[in-house]
Amino acid sequence: MAYSKRKDGRKFDELRKISAQVGIIKRADGSAMFQIGDTIAIAAVYGPRELHPRFLQNPEKAVLRCNYDMASFSVTERKKPGPSRRSVEISLVTEKALASVLDLELFPNTVIDVFIQIIQANAGTRCAGISAAAMALAHAGIPMRDMVAAVSVGKVGDKIVIDLDKHEEDFEEGATDIPIALTARNKEVTLLQLDGEVTKDELMQAIKLARKGCEEIHSVQVQALKEVYKEDKDG
Amino acid sequence: MSKLIAEERTIVVPGEKLATGMEYLPGNGAFREGDDIYSCQLGLVNVSGRFVKVIPLTGKYNPREGDIIIGKISDVSFGMWFVNIGCAYLACLNVREVPEFIDKGADLSNYYDFNEVIIAQVIKVVRSKDINLTLKGQGLRKINGGKIIEVTPSKVPRIIGKQGSMISMIKEHTKCNIVVGQNGNIWIKGDNVENEVKATEVILKIENESHTHGLTDTIKKALEEGIENGL
Repeated sequence: MAYSKRKDGRKFDELRKISAQVGIIKRADGSAMFQIGDTIAIAAVYGPRELHPRFLQNPEKAVLRCNYDMASFSVTERKKPGPSRRSVEISLVTEKALASVLDLELFPNTVIDVFIQIIQANAGTRCAGISAAAMALAHAGIPMRDMVAAVSVGKVGDKIVIDLDKHEEDFEEGATDIPIALTARNKEVTLLQLDGEVTKDELMQAIKLARKGCEEIHSVQVQALKEVYKEDKDG
Repeated sequence: MSKLIAEERTIVVPGEKLATGMEYLPGNGAFREGDDIYSCQLGLVNVSGRFVKVIPLTGKYNPREGDIIIGKISDVSFGMWFVNIGCAYLACLNVREVPEFIDKGADLSNYYDFNEVIIAQVIKVVRSKDINLTLKGQGLRKINGGKIIEVTPSKVPRIIGKQGSMISMIKEHTKCNIVVGQNGNIWIKGDNVENEVKATEVILKIENESHTHGLTDTIKKALEEGIENGL
Protein backbone atom coordinates (compact mmCIF):
# COMPACT_ATOMS: atom_id res chain seq x y z
CA MET A 1 0.00 0.00 0.00
CA ALA A 2 1.33 3.37 -0.94
CA TYR A 3 1.67 6.18 1.56
CA SER A 4 -0.92 8.61 0.22
CA LYS A 5 -1.84 10.90 3.08
CA ARG A 6 -0.04 12.12 6.21
CA LYS A 7 -1.78 11.42 9.49
CA ASP A 8 -1.71 15.04 10.68
CA GLY A 9 -2.94 16.38 7.33
CA ARG A 10 0.34 18.05 6.32
CA LYS A 11 1.57 18.22 2.76
CA PHE A 12 4.60 16.03 2.02
CA ASP A 13 6.87 19.08 1.92
CA GLU A 14 5.37 20.85 4.91
CA LEU A 15 7.06 21.27 8.29
CA ARG A 16 5.28 20.97 11.60
CA LYS A 17 4.58 24.18 13.51
CA ILE A 18 7.84 25.80 14.61
CA SER A 19 8.44 28.17 17.48
CA ALA A 20 11.63 29.40 19.14
CA GLN A 21 12.61 31.48 22.12
CA VAL A 22 15.98 32.82 23.22
CA GLY A 23 17.22 33.59 26.73
CA ILE A 24 15.12 31.11 28.67
CA ILE A 25 17.81 30.14 31.20
CA LYS A 26 18.96 33.14 33.18
CA ARG A 27 22.15 31.77 34.73
CA ALA A 28 23.52 30.39 31.44
CA ASP A 29 25.72 32.50 29.16
CA GLY A 30 23.34 31.71 26.32
CA SER A 31 20.17 29.67 26.04
CA ALA A 32 17.36 28.86 23.64
CA MET A 33 14.28 26.73 23.16
CA PHE A 34 13.26 25.23 19.85
CA GLN A 35 9.96 23.53 19.23
CA ILE A 36 8.87 21.69 16.12
CA GLY A 37 5.49 20.03 16.41
CA ASP A 38 5.49 18.12 19.68
CA THR A 39 9.29 17.97 19.89
CA ILE A 40 10.80 20.51 22.29
CA ALA A 41 14.53 21.00 22.81
CA ILE A 42 16.20 23.41 25.20
CA ALA A 43 19.87 24.31 24.96
CA ALA A 44 22.19 26.10 27.37
CA VAL A 45 25.70 27.35 26.59
CA TYR A 46 28.38 28.02 29.19
CA GLY A 47 31.73 29.48 28.28
CA PRO A 48 34.25 29.99 26.92
CA ARG A 49 35.70 29.04 30.30
CA GLU A 50 38.73 27.30 31.79
CA LEU A 51 38.96 23.61 30.99
CA HIS A 52 39.92 21.18 33.73
CA PRO A 53 41.64 18.70 33.83
CA ARG A 54 44.30 20.59 31.95
CA PHE A 55 45.45 17.73 29.74
CA LEU A 56 42.15 18.05 27.88
CA GLN A 57 42.98 21.63 26.88
CA ASN A 58 43.87 22.35 23.28
CA PRO A 59 46.42 25.18 22.92
CA GLU A 60 45.28 25.81 19.35
CA LYS A 61 41.56 26.28 19.86
CA ALA A 62 38.66 25.99 22.26
CA VAL A 63 37.15 22.59 22.92
CA LEU A 64 33.47 22.30 22.07
CA ARG A 65 31.70 19.91 24.39
CA CYS A 66 28.10 18.96 23.61
CA ASN A 67 25.84 17.00 25.86
CA TYR A 68 22.54 15.70 24.48
CA ASP A 69 20.08 14.08 26.81
CA MET A 70 16.41 13.19 26.86
CA ALA A 71 14.36 13.83 29.96
CA SER A 72 12.89 10.66 31.40
CA PHE A 73 9.36 12.03 30.92
CA SER A 74 9.95 13.14 27.32
CA VAL A 75 8.75 9.89 25.75
CA THR A 76 5.68 7.71 26.26
CA GLU A 77 7.60 4.85 27.88
CA ARG A 78 9.82 6.21 30.69
CA LYS A 79 13.39 6.68 29.50
CA LYS A 80 16.06 5.53 31.92
CA PRO A 81 17.92 8.67 32.94
CA GLY A 82 21.58 9.15 32.19
CA PRO A 83 23.79 8.72 29.16
CA SER A 84 23.22 5.87 26.75
CA ARG A 85 24.82 4.60 23.57
CA ARG A 86 22.32 6.67 21.62
CA SER A 87 22.81 9.94 23.50
CA VAL A 88 26.61 9.68 23.32
CA GLU A 89 26.38 9.27 19.56
CA ILE A 90 24.02 12.22 19.17
CA SER A 91 26.21 14.40 21.40
CA LEU A 92 29.14 13.65 19.12
CA VAL A 93 27.34 14.37 15.83
CA THR A 94 25.90 17.58 17.30
CA GLU A 95 29.41 18.67 18.21
CA LYS A 96 30.61 18.05 14.65
CA ALA A 97 27.57 19.78 13.18
CA LEU A 98 28.23 22.97 15.16
CA ALA A 99 32.04 23.11 15.40
CA SER A 100 32.54 24.03 11.74
CA VAL A 101 30.73 27.37 12.03
CA LEU A 102 32.35 28.48 15.30
CA ASP A 103 35.53 30.55 15.52
CA LEU A 104 37.11 28.26 18.10
CA GLU A 105 40.64 29.52 17.41
CA LEU A 106 39.86 32.74 19.29
CA PHE A 107 39.77 31.03 22.68
CA PRO A 108 42.62 28.51 23.00
CA ASN A 109 42.79 26.35 26.15
CA THR A 110 39.15 26.90 26.99
CA VAL A 111 35.96 24.91 26.73
CA ILE A 112 32.52 25.83 25.44
CA ASP A 113 29.86 23.64 27.01
CA VAL A 114 26.58 23.05 25.24
CA PHE A 115 23.84 21.19 27.10
CA ILE A 116 20.82 20.03 25.13
CA GLN A 117 17.80 18.65 26.91
CA ILE A 118 14.86 17.14 25.07
CA ILE A 119 11.87 17.76 27.28
CA GLN A 120 9.27 16.41 24.88
CA ALA A 121 9.97 14.05 22.03
CA ASN A 122 8.07 13.20 18.88
CA ALA A 123 10.86 12.34 16.41
CA GLY A 124 13.46 14.71 15.00
CA THR A 125 15.01 15.40 18.42
CA ARG A 126 18.63 15.66 17.28
CA CYS A 127 17.61 18.19 14.63
CA ALA A 128 15.63 20.24 17.13
CA GLY A 129 18.63 20.03 19.47
CA ILE A 130 21.04 21.36 16.85
CA SER A 131 18.68 24.20 15.88
CA ALA A 132 18.31 25.16 19.56
CA ALA A 133 22.06 24.90 20.24
CA ALA A 134 22.90 27.17 17.28
CA MET A 135 20.64 29.88 18.70
CA ALA A 136 22.04 29.43 22.21
CA LEU A 137 25.62 29.79 20.89
CA ALA A 138 24.73 33.02 19.11
CA HIS A 139 23.03 34.26 22.27
CA ALA A 140 26.17 33.44 24.27
CA GLY A 141 28.09 35.85 22.02
CA ILE A 142 30.47 33.26 20.64
CA PRO A 143 31.80 34.35 17.23
CA MET A 144 30.19 32.25 14.52
CA ARG A 145 30.65 32.39 10.76
CA ASP A 146 27.12 31.21 10.14
CA MET A 147 23.99 29.80 11.71
CA VAL A 148 23.04 26.13 11.53
CA ALA A 149 19.53 24.78 11.02
CA ALA A 150 18.62 21.11 11.01
CA VAL A 151 15.64 19.12 9.84
CA SER A 152 14.89 15.48 9.23
CA VAL A 153 13.76 14.30 5.85
CA GLY A 154 13.03 10.77 4.76
CA LYS A 155 11.11 8.25 2.80
CA VAL A 156 7.87 6.93 4.16
CA GLY A 157 6.43 4.10 2.04
CA ASP A 158 7.10 5.42 -1.45
CA LYS A 159 7.01 9.14 -0.69
CA ILE A 160 9.82 11.57 0.10
CA VAL A 161 8.67 13.65 3.06
CA ILE A 162 10.07 16.34 5.34
CA ASP A 163 10.00 16.46 9.14
CA LEU A 164 8.84 12.95 10.01
CA ASP A 165 6.88 12.43 13.21
CA LYS A 166 6.94 9.28 15.33
CA HIS A 167 4.07 7.66 13.43
CA GLU A 168 5.88 8.05 10.14
CA GLU A 169 9.19 6.83 11.54
CA ASP A 170 7.41 3.65 12.63
CA PHE A 171 5.50 3.20 9.34
CA GLU A 172 5.00 -0.53 9.02
CA GLU A 173 6.09 -0.81 5.36
CA GLY A 174 9.43 0.76 6.17
CA ALA A 175 10.59 4.32 6.61
CA THR A 176 13.96 5.94 6.05
CA ASP A 177 15.00 8.74 8.35
CA ILE A 178 17.65 11.24 7.18
CA PRO A 179 18.54 14.02 9.65
CA ILE A 180 20.31 16.87 7.84
CA ALA A 181 21.92 20.03 9.23
CA LEU A 182 22.78 22.86 6.85
CA THR A 183 24.56 26.17 7.29
CA ALA A 184 22.33 29.12 6.53
CA ARG A 185 24.41 31.04 3.99
CA ASN A 186 26.25 28.52 1.88
CA LYS A 187 23.92 25.57 2.48
CA GLU A 188 26.84 23.37 3.44
CA VAL A 189 25.96 20.03 4.97
CA THR A 190 27.29 19.69 8.52
CA LEU A 191 25.26 16.64 9.50
CA LEU A 192 23.86 13.85 7.41
CA GLN A 193 22.83 10.54 8.87
CA LEU A 194 20.82 7.85 7.18
CA ASP A 195 18.85 5.01 8.67
CA GLY A 196 17.10 2.80 6.10
CA GLU A 197 17.14 2.41 2.36
CA VAL A 198 17.02 5.05 -0.39
CA THR A 199 18.16 5.30 -3.99
CA LYS A 200 20.56 8.02 -5.07
CA ASP A 201 17.80 9.99 -6.80
CA GLU A 202 15.60 9.83 -3.74
CA LEU A 203 18.42 11.04 -1.51
CA MET A 204 19.10 14.02 -3.77
CA GLN A 205 15.39 14.80 -3.75
CA ALA A 206 15.35 14.59 0.05
CA ILE A 207 18.33 16.94 0.38
CA LYS A 208 16.57 19.44 -1.87
CA LEU A 209 13.56 19.26 0.42
CA ALA A 210 15.79 19.74 3.48
CA ARG A 211 17.29 22.92 1.99
CA LYS A 212 13.83 24.42 1.75
CA GLY A 213 12.93 23.33 5.29
CA CYS A 214 16.18 24.67 6.77
CA GLU A 215 15.56 28.06 5.22
CA GLU A 216 12.23 28.20 6.98
CA ILE A 217 13.80 27.14 10.30
CA HIS A 218 16.59 29.69 9.88
CA SER A 219 14.14 32.55 9.51
CA VAL A 220 12.45 31.48 12.76
CA GLN A 221 15.85 31.34 14.50
CA VAL A 222 16.79 34.83 13.30
CA GLN A 223 13.46 36.23 14.40
CA ALA A 224 13.80 34.69 17.88
CA LEU A 225 17.32 36.09 18.30
CA LYS A 226 16.32 39.59 17.24
CA GLU A 227 13.22 39.51 19.42
CA VAL A 228 15.27 39.56 22.64
CA TYR A 229 16.92 42.89 21.85
CA LYS A 230 14.15 44.39 19.75
CA GLU A 231 13.63 47.44 21.97
CA ASP A 232 17.35 48.13 22.20
CA LYS A 233 17.20 49.73 18.79
CA ASP A 234 15.58 52.92 20.00
CA GLY A 235 17.14 52.81 23.46
CA MET B 1 29.99 48.54 -6.72
CA SER B 2 30.28 48.75 -2.95
CA LYS B 3 27.10 48.94 -1.00
CA LEU B 4 26.07 48.87 2.64
CA ILE B 5 23.33 46.32 3.21
CA ALA B 6 22.69 46.46 6.96
CA GLU B 7 21.78 49.88 8.29
CA GLU B 8 23.54 51.57 11.20
CA ARG B 9 22.26 50.41 14.62
CA THR B 10 20.19 47.48 13.34
CA ILE B 11 20.40 44.15 15.11
CA VAL B 12 22.21 41.46 13.14
CA VAL B 13 22.73 37.75 13.73
CA PRO B 14 25.84 35.67 12.90
CA GLY B 15 26.17 35.08 9.17
CA GLU B 16 24.10 38.10 8.15
CA LYS B 17 25.44 40.11 5.21
CA LEU B 18 26.51 43.62 6.24
CA ALA B 19 28.08 45.10 3.14
CA THR B 20 29.27 44.16 -0.29
CA GLY B 21 32.29 45.32 -2.25
CA MET B 22 35.93 46.05 -1.43
CA GLU B 23 35.39 49.66 -0.34
CA TYR B 24 34.21 48.53 3.06
CA LEU B 25 36.48 46.80 5.56
CA PRO B 26 35.46 44.32 8.25
CA GLY B 27 35.98 45.59 11.83
CA ASN B 28 35.42 43.75 15.12
CA GLY B 29 32.59 41.23 14.99
CA ALA B 30 32.67 41.06 11.21
CA PHE B 31 34.61 39.13 8.58
CA ARG B 32 35.09 39.09 4.84
CA GLU B 33 34.24 36.19 2.58
CA GLY B 34 34.78 36.84 -1.11
CA ASP B 35 33.44 40.29 -1.91
CA ASP B 36 31.05 40.47 0.99
CA ILE B 37 31.28 41.35 4.68
CA TYR B 38 29.30 39.27 7.16
CA SER B 39 28.56 39.55 10.85
CA CYS B 40 29.97 36.91 13.19
CA GLN B 41 28.13 38.04 16.31
CA LEU B 42 24.72 38.95 17.62
CA GLY B 43 24.89 42.72 17.97
CA LEU B 44 24.35 46.20 16.59
CA VAL B 45 25.86 47.39 13.31
CA ASN B 46 28.26 50.29 13.57
CA VAL B 47 29.79 51.99 10.55
CA SER B 48 32.75 54.31 11.04
CA GLY B 49 34.38 55.47 7.85
CA ARG B 50 35.19 52.42 5.76
CA PHE B 51 34.95 50.05 8.70
CA VAL B 52 31.83 48.01 9.34
CA LYS B 53 31.76 46.46 12.78
CA VAL B 54 29.31 44.74 15.09
CA ILE B 55 28.99 45.81 18.72
CA PRO B 56 28.11 42.65 20.66
CA LEU B 57 24.94 42.67 22.77
CA THR B 58 25.81 39.53 24.69
CA GLY B 59 28.81 37.51 25.66
CA LYS B 60 31.47 37.41 28.29
CA TYR B 61 33.45 40.42 29.43
CA ASN B 62 36.11 41.43 26.93
CA PRO B 63 38.98 43.00 28.93
CA ARG B 64 40.46 46.27 27.74
CA GLU B 65 43.46 48.17 29.04
CA GLY B 66 42.51 50.78 31.61
CA ASP B 67 39.25 49.15 32.72
CA ILE B 68 38.44 49.17 36.43
CA ILE B 69 37.13 45.72 37.32
CA ILE B 70 35.98 43.79 40.37
CA GLY B 71 37.39 40.29 40.62
CA LYS B 72 37.79 37.41 43.00
CA ILE B 73 41.12 35.79 43.88
CA SER B 74 40.85 32.24 42.61
CA ASP B 75 44.44 31.03 42.94
CA VAL B 76 47.59 32.03 44.77
CA SER B 77 50.96 30.94 43.42
CA PHE B 78 54.59 32.04 43.95
CA GLY B 79 54.84 35.65 42.90
CA MET B 80 51.35 36.21 41.58
CA TRP B 81 47.66 35.89 42.23
CA PHE B 82 45.12 34.64 39.70
CA VAL B 83 41.91 36.60 39.62
CA ASN B 84 38.56 35.59 38.20
CA ILE B 85 37.22 38.65 36.40
CA GLY B 86 34.40 36.96 34.51
CA CYS B 87 36.08 36.47 31.15
CA ALA B 88 37.32 33.31 29.49
CA TYR B 89 40.75 33.44 31.12
CA LEU B 90 42.04 34.18 34.62
CA ALA B 91 43.82 37.51 35.07
CA CYS B 92 47.26 37.81 36.71
CA LEU B 93 48.11 40.12 39.57
CA ASN B 94 51.86 40.25 40.04
CA VAL B 95 53.44 40.95 43.48
CA ARG B 96 55.06 44.04 41.97
CA GLU B 97 51.62 45.47 41.23
CA VAL B 98 50.37 45.63 44.82
CA PRO B 99 50.91 48.63 47.10
CA GLU B 100 52.24 46.58 50.05
CA PHE B 101 55.91 45.67 50.44
CA ILE B 102 56.16 41.90 50.24
CA ASP B 103 59.25 40.01 51.38
CA LYS B 104 60.83 37.52 49.04
CA GLY B 105 59.41 34.06 49.71
CA ALA B 106 56.54 35.33 51.84
CA ASP B 107 53.23 33.48 51.76
CA LEU B 108 51.12 35.57 49.40
CA SER B 109 47.85 34.36 50.85
CA ASN B 110 48.60 36.44 53.94
CA TYR B 111 48.03 39.55 51.83
CA TYR B 112 45.27 38.55 49.43
CA ASP B 113 43.67 35.21 50.11
CA PHE B 114 41.37 32.90 48.17
CA ASN B 115 37.86 34.23 47.58
CA GLU B 116 38.80 37.74 48.62
CA VAL B 117 37.42 40.38 46.28
CA ILE B 118 39.49 43.22 44.86
CA ILE B 119 38.90 46.35 42.84
CA ALA B 120 41.72 46.38 40.29
CA GLN B 121 42.69 47.94 37.00
CA VAL B 122 43.58 46.13 33.78
CA ILE B 123 47.04 47.29 32.69
CA LYS B 124 47.87 44.95 29.86
CA VAL B 125 45.94 42.60 27.61
CA VAL B 126 47.69 40.36 25.10
CA ARG B 127 45.20 38.94 22.59
CA SER B 128 42.57 38.78 25.36
CA LYS B 129 44.42 35.82 26.93
CA ASP B 130 47.22 37.33 29.02
CA ILE B 131 45.50 39.81 31.30
CA ASN B 132 47.56 41.75 33.82
CA LEU B 133 46.05 43.68 36.70
CA THR B 134 47.33 46.29 39.10
CA LEU B 135 46.29 47.40 42.58
CA LYS B 136 48.42 50.54 42.46
CA GLY B 137 46.12 53.46 41.87
CA GLN B 138 43.41 55.54 43.39
CA GLY B 139 40.50 53.53 44.76
CA LEU B 140 42.10 50.17 43.94
CA ARG B 141 42.01 47.88 46.95
CA LYS B 142 40.65 44.82 48.67
CA ILE B 143 36.93 44.95 49.46
CA ASN B 144 35.56 44.39 52.95
CA GLY B 145 31.86 43.95 53.68
CA GLY B 146 28.96 44.95 51.47
CA LYS B 147 27.64 42.79 48.65
CA ILE B 148 28.47 41.98 45.05
CA ILE B 149 25.88 41.73 42.31
CA GLU B 150 26.43 40.63 38.73
CA VAL B 151 25.00 42.27 35.61
CA THR B 152 25.62 41.75 31.90
CA PRO B 153 28.85 43.62 30.97
CA SER B 154 27.13 45.27 27.98
CA LYS B 155 24.65 46.98 30.33
CA VAL B 156 27.38 48.66 32.43
CA PRO B 157 27.40 51.99 30.49
CA ARG B 158 23.65 52.27 31.08
CA ILE B 159 24.07 51.77 34.85
CA ILE B 160 26.75 54.44 35.02
CA GLY B 161 24.80 56.88 32.85
CA LYS B 162 26.07 59.97 31.06
CA GLN B 163 29.05 61.30 33.03
CA GLY B 164 28.02 59.03 35.89
CA SER B 165 24.60 60.67 36.27
CA MET B 166 22.68 57.47 36.93
CA ILE B 167 25.08 55.97 39.45
CA SER B 168 25.55 59.21 41.39
CA MET B 169 21.79 59.55 41.67
CA ILE B 170 21.53 56.06 43.16
CA LYS B 171 24.42 56.77 45.51
CA GLU B 172 22.77 59.97 46.67
CA HIS B 173 19.36 58.43 47.32
CA THR B 174 20.47 55.21 48.98
CA LYS B 175 23.54 56.66 50.72
CA CYS B 176 25.41 53.55 49.62
CA ASN B 177 28.99 53.29 48.51
CA ILE B 178 28.81 51.74 45.02
CA VAL B 179 31.63 50.67 42.70
CA VAL B 180 30.73 49.49 39.20
CA GLY B 181 33.31 47.23 37.58
CA GLN B 182 33.50 47.25 33.77
CA ASN B 183 33.20 43.45 33.90
CA GLY B 184 29.64 43.67 35.26
CA ASN B 185 30.43 43.08 38.94
CA ILE B 186 29.01 45.77 41.17
CA TRP B 187 29.95 46.28 44.82
CA ILE B 188 27.38 47.89 47.12
CA LYS B 189 27.98 48.87 50.71
CA GLY B 190 25.54 50.90 52.76
CA ASP B 191 24.90 51.85 56.37
CA ASN B 192 22.14 49.30 56.67
CA VAL B 193 20.71 46.33 54.80
CA GLU B 194 17.58 48.21 53.66
CA ASN B 195 19.62 50.72 51.69
CA GLU B 196 21.76 47.98 50.16
CA VAL B 197 18.63 46.09 49.09
CA LYS B 198 17.17 49.26 47.61
CA ALA B 199 20.32 49.95 45.59
CA THR B 200 20.41 46.33 44.39
CA GLU B 201 16.80 46.44 43.24
CA VAL B 202 17.29 49.70 41.38
CA ILE B 203 20.38 48.42 39.58
CA LEU B 204 18.62 45.20 38.56
CA LYS B 205 15.70 47.33 37.35
CA ILE B 206 18.10 49.31 35.16
CA GLU B 207 19.51 46.07 33.76
CA ASN B 208 16.04 44.77 32.88
CA GLU B 209 14.78 48.02 31.41
CA SER B 210 18.01 49.30 29.92
CA HIS B 211 16.45 49.61 26.45
CA THR B 212 13.52 51.86 27.40
CA HIS B 213 13.25 55.60 26.89
CA GLY B 214 13.43 58.06 29.80
CA LEU B 215 15.13 55.54 32.04
CA THR B 216 16.66 58.16 34.32
CA ASP B 217 13.20 59.53 35.17
CA THR B 218 11.79 56.04 35.84
CA ILE B 219 14.68 55.27 38.17
CA LYS B 220 14.39 58.63 39.92
CA LYS B 221 10.73 57.94 40.56
CA ALA B 222 11.49 54.43 41.77
CA LEU B 223 14.12 55.74 44.17
CA GLU B 224 11.77 58.30 45.66
CA GLU B 225 8.69 56.13 45.96
CA GLY B 226 10.28 52.75 46.52
CA ILE B 227 9.99 49.95 44.02
CA GLU B 228 6.59 48.38 43.63
CA ASN B 229 6.51 44.59 44.04
CA GLY B 230 9.83 44.92 45.77
CA LEU B 231 10.79 43.47 49.10
